[in-house]
Amino acid sequence: MIEFLKKFFGHSGSSATAKERLRLVLMTDHLELAPELIEAMKRDLVDVISRHVEVDRDKIEVNFERQDSALAMLANIPILSVNRPNAGPTLVPVESVQSPTAANSAPPRVRKRRKRAAKKAPATGAAAPASAAAN
Amino acid sequence: MGRAIVLTSGKGGVGKTTTTANLGTALANRGARVVLVDADIGLRNLDIVLGLESRVKHHLLDVLEERASLDEALVPGKHSESLFLLAAAQSREKDEVETSKMKALILSLRERFDYVLIDCPAGIELGFRNAVAGADEAIVICTPEVAAVRDVDRVVGLLGNRFRPQLVINRLRPNLVKKGKMLSVEDVNAILRLPLLGVIADEPEIIVTTNRGEPLALRKDTPTGAAYHAIAARVAGEDVPAPMPAAAKVTILERVGTLFGGKRA
Repeated sequence: MIEFLKKFFGHSGSSATAKERLRLVLMTDHLELAPELIEAMKRDLVDVISRHVEVDRDKIEVNFERQDSALAMLANIPILSVNRPNAGPTLVPVESVQSPTAANSAPPRVRKRRKRAAKKAPATGAAAPASAAAN
Repeated sequence: MGRAIVLTSGKGGVGKTTTTANLGTALANRGARVVLVDADIGLRNLDIVLGLESRVKHHLLDVLEERASLDEALVPGKHSESLFLLAAAQSREKDEVETSKMKALILSLRERFDYVLIDCPAGIELGFRNAVAGADEAIVICTPEVAAVRDVDRVVGLLGNRFRPQLVINRLRPNLVKKGKMLSVEDVNAILRLPLLGVIADEPEIIVTTNRGEPLALRKDTPTGAAYHAIAARVAGEDVPAPMPAAAKVTILERVGTLFGGKRA
């Protein structure tokens, strides 16, 4: 019945398809035409991830893939070592996560613990490069 | 010093030449001195659309290579004393034009005319770069099709901010838009985000007038002719609304007709 009504009122055209195809093709075009944008994204991505693990900056691969009606960014980021096994996000006090300034003014006790954790890292880390894929 | 405006689109067949001829005709009709430059070297077309093909004696490359003076090469329009054509060379190729010489030519035309409209070839190679070289403004022509919008998007990216590109949407079929079977003006410009000069409907009249070599802009009494005049007024800086073709009223009977076996896009 809904199909019938749609037909009757003429809203089942192909312009929606055209709009969707255009949107996707332009996203891909713009990415292709802006290698510096991809480089900047790569840099920022690595900066964020490096806060938690050590990654191989030279071997990072970023690709874009069309999937039906969406564009996905696929990043392959080899991890060299996990630096701070004891300073995972769950151990950091909530107030220090809220903003960078709050993190800086966190109690010294927390910082000490982080340093110790970093020293320990070479023993547990330095494993063969692992790959992490993120969508 | 006149204005040099390049009409471009990236994609071929969207109506650059027809728009150049009609906009030029409408601007000349307003009393401006106008020269139309066919920069599509090797594929001369603008003379046909203007009905001037039998009067072309010299072309753009003759002038650039100093085989003919500008006065010898400029072909006066049939219907207006203030409209002139500088035809493209037919037996030559696009890469035979030197960009610096083209620039100098457009500059000398700007000294003599109020408007220098440059009909750009399709593509984004040397022919495009030469056509754009001497211009200081751009009008981009787009049809409501995925491929045309994509190409205009690319061309606008190549032009950059210097040319302050403005948009003409050509070949719109308001009835198809209404039925959701064609991209609307809003759909197109949500992506391109350009100042809209106006919208031209896909009218059989345009084909007929092109067959005859008499631009539709000569007939101000027709809706499309009037639309070209409104675009010309806007180019000239007048504050008139952008022309927008309206959909014809569809009767209930026609709707029922499409419901039972009518063609669907």
